Amino acid sequence: MIGNLPYVAVVIFIGLGIYTLMFKKNLIKIAIGIVLIENGVNLFLITLGYRKGAIAPIYTQAPSGQAMVLPTPQALTLTSIVIGIATTALILSIAMMIYKHYGTLDTDEVRRLRG
Amino acid sequence: MKKIIFGIAFIIFFSFLIVSAVNMRTFGEPIISEMDDYFIENAQSETGANNVVTSIVFDYRGFDTLGEATVLFTAVVGIVALFRGVKR
Amino acid sequence: MKEMSRIVKTVTNFVYGFIIIFGLYIIAHGHLTPGGGFQGGAVAGSAFALLLVSYGSLNSNKFLKKDIFSLFENFGLVLFIVLGFSGLGITFFYNFLANSGSWFGNAAFIGINPGDMNTGGVIPLMNIAVGLEVLSAFGVIVLTMASGAEFTKKKEKS
Repeated sequence: MIGNLPYVAVVIFIGLGIYTLMFKKNLIKIAIGIVLIENGVNLFLITLGYRKGAIAPIYTQAPSGQAMVLPTPQALTLTSIVIGIATTALILSIAMMIYKHYGTLDTDEVRRLRG
Repeated sequence: MKKIIFGIAFIIFFSFLIVSAVNMRTFGEPIISEMDDYFIENAQSETGANNVVTSIVFDYRGFDTLGEATVLFTAVVGIVALFRGVKR
Repeated sequence: MKEMSRIVKTVTNFVYGFIIIFGLYIIAHGHLTPGGGFQGGAVAGSAFALLLVSYGSLNSNKFLKKDIFSLFENFGLVLFIVLGFSGLGITFFYNFLANSGSWFGNAAFIGINPGDMNTGGVIPLMNIAVGLEVLSAFGVIVLTMASGAEFTKKKEKS
């Protein structure tokens, strides 16, 4: 149990994000939930590639005789973070346009005003 | 009523996640790592860069990075097009 | 977004150049030290967000031009695609400059070394292209969302 604490942290991140998506009505809070799930997935990728007692995979003046962490999950996480920033900016822009058009951020209100 | 059903479903899902997290392999000991060991050994001689992560991002998996740059560009185009009619 | 007080503006004038220089350092040394195009671009893009917050969106439109950022972003993406296509004699995204002796073409010393700037083949050029793109994409996103927020607030008040 205590050795798997990083996985439990990942599960708590993702669970809080899904809770926010299921029970909250505000659009800004929904965006926060999406970002929480995204950070949980990034933490999960980094956790999968960790090797105990190893150093970062960079050869410039590294301490000699140590194992290195797996580099592929780190590269994938690097890609994922930038895509996450772009999609978050797009989500927040659409929320701003919805607020400008309807005057509210509540999803039920928006649905009622439209129909 | 809808909230109670959602709550029960969320509790079941979350308990499945917790059980699977506790029963995963132990932290810090990856089992399959042939590809990463190849990258760590040969990245310096094949690409000439000291930073293995950068050589994977831009050389071995450059196609990924091309798609990622396109996604960023598309997001910026979408934001600019969304605010185009807004006059200050 | 209104402008902030004189203290914040003075500290911003003192600090933003150092932030941009540090971002460019991370971009240029991406193949030797931790960092690369994405991280350096994000660091340098935060300097523009600092300028926007401290000067307000109306004043900062005078010295942060959205068109120039957009031009740099297109240039970065086109440079990246051209670099990917120029290895097409062998495969797409082939590292045709590594170990060739020309630009960035020195062979790396295998093992732990203090680092040579002139290695890496096409990787430093791609770092510069992606860093330019990420930097100006952040600038465009921040400027556009700030002007949109200005409009939303004005409508709310009336």
